[in-house]
Amino acid sequence: MEDGDQIIKKFMYMNRKAPYGTIYAWESLEVVLIAAAFDQDISLVFADDGVYQLMDGQNTEEVGMKNFSKTYSALGDYDIKKIYIEQESLEERGLSLGDLQDLKYEDEDDDWAEKDSIILISRAELAKVIDEQDVVFSF
Amino acid sequence: MAIEVDGQSYETDEEGYLEDLNQWRPELGSAMAMADGAPLDENHWEVINFLREYYEEYQIAPAVRVLTKAIGKKLGKDKGTSKYLYELFPYGPAKQACKYAGLPKPTGCV
Amino acid sequence: MSMLHTVNKSPFERNTLESCIGLAVPGSAILLMEDGVIGAMANTKHSEMVKAAMANVKIYVLGPDLKARGLSEGNVVDGISVVGYGDFVDLTAEHAAVQSWL
Repeated sequence: MEDGDQIIKKFMYMNRKAPYGTIYAWESLEVVLIAAAFDQDISLVFADDGVYQLMDGQNTEEVGMKNFSKTYSALGDYDIKKIYIEQESLEERGLSLGDLQDLKYEDEDDDWAEKDSIILISRAELAKVIDEQDVVFSF
Repeated sequence: MAIEVDGQSYETDEEGYLEDLNQWRPELGSAMAMADGAPLDENHWEVINFLREYYEEYQIAPAVRVLTKAIGKKLGKDKGTSKYLYELFPYGPAKQACKYAGLPKPTGCV
Repeated sequence: MSMLHTVNKSPFERNTLESCIGLAVPGSAILLMEDGVIGAMANTKHSEMVKAAMANVKIYVLGPDLKARGLSEGNVVDGISVVGYGDFVDLTAEHAAVQSWL
């Protein structure tokens, strides 16, 4: 895909770890926020234990860590509009989309209408989306 | 490093960012700006307060591009330009204003 | 006195919990903490294994780690006790030894 003379690549960030127990979730989020400055075609995937990163109602007061679950709501401001959640990962954990945060972006081309960033996707379909990427970062 | 305000000392990192953001008070922002040789007016405070609200909500300081867009939406189109923000904060709106707001250096500051 | 086993990794990520359950003698206690709290949740692929284990061992889960992850105490497998940091200290003192599974 080309936009003017700038080449736009498809970058995918694959998140597969639960938050807080390891640093992967927060590191991934920081990298995504930095990479968003380069106007590439970015998508995020939350699969396996990665789906826990988006759990609604996280409260880190007692564990004394930063509650970065609030930061996912800023992704829309950074023009990140494609957040894939793998359906089988939710099911294996007895979870559904209703257990996760709602993530939205404002569509510039549609009078700033609020739209859902979250895309529920099956494992089979996700495999195809991964295959279309230029670069996949694994966290 | 540290900064002194009203006889109290506040820890900062080597670039002058406050170590403990809970210690922040407006007087600290003013003192940091005075030390940089440029006192703050109400236009500066508008941006600083906006940054603090953004941090409270999202737990990050926004990148310049995001800040510019959001300021335009909140405070009017004439203020949502990098020219306006760089006039207020010549060292970089995100970097300098975040410092005065007691926030960590913005994520994505390259 | 029995042994207290602690597990701090998700059962989806590693087989730590499964090994621990297999190697803890009857009468032992298992405390799930950090990402290990995921092993305490009901209706997951691993819940049956955990339920079956409770016939022989007592299982505890650390409440602050559940809260941090947005996991509700109400969705914990029946029979698992939710405990705080103070209880963690007591458990450590009550048992002869602590075995941390990595």
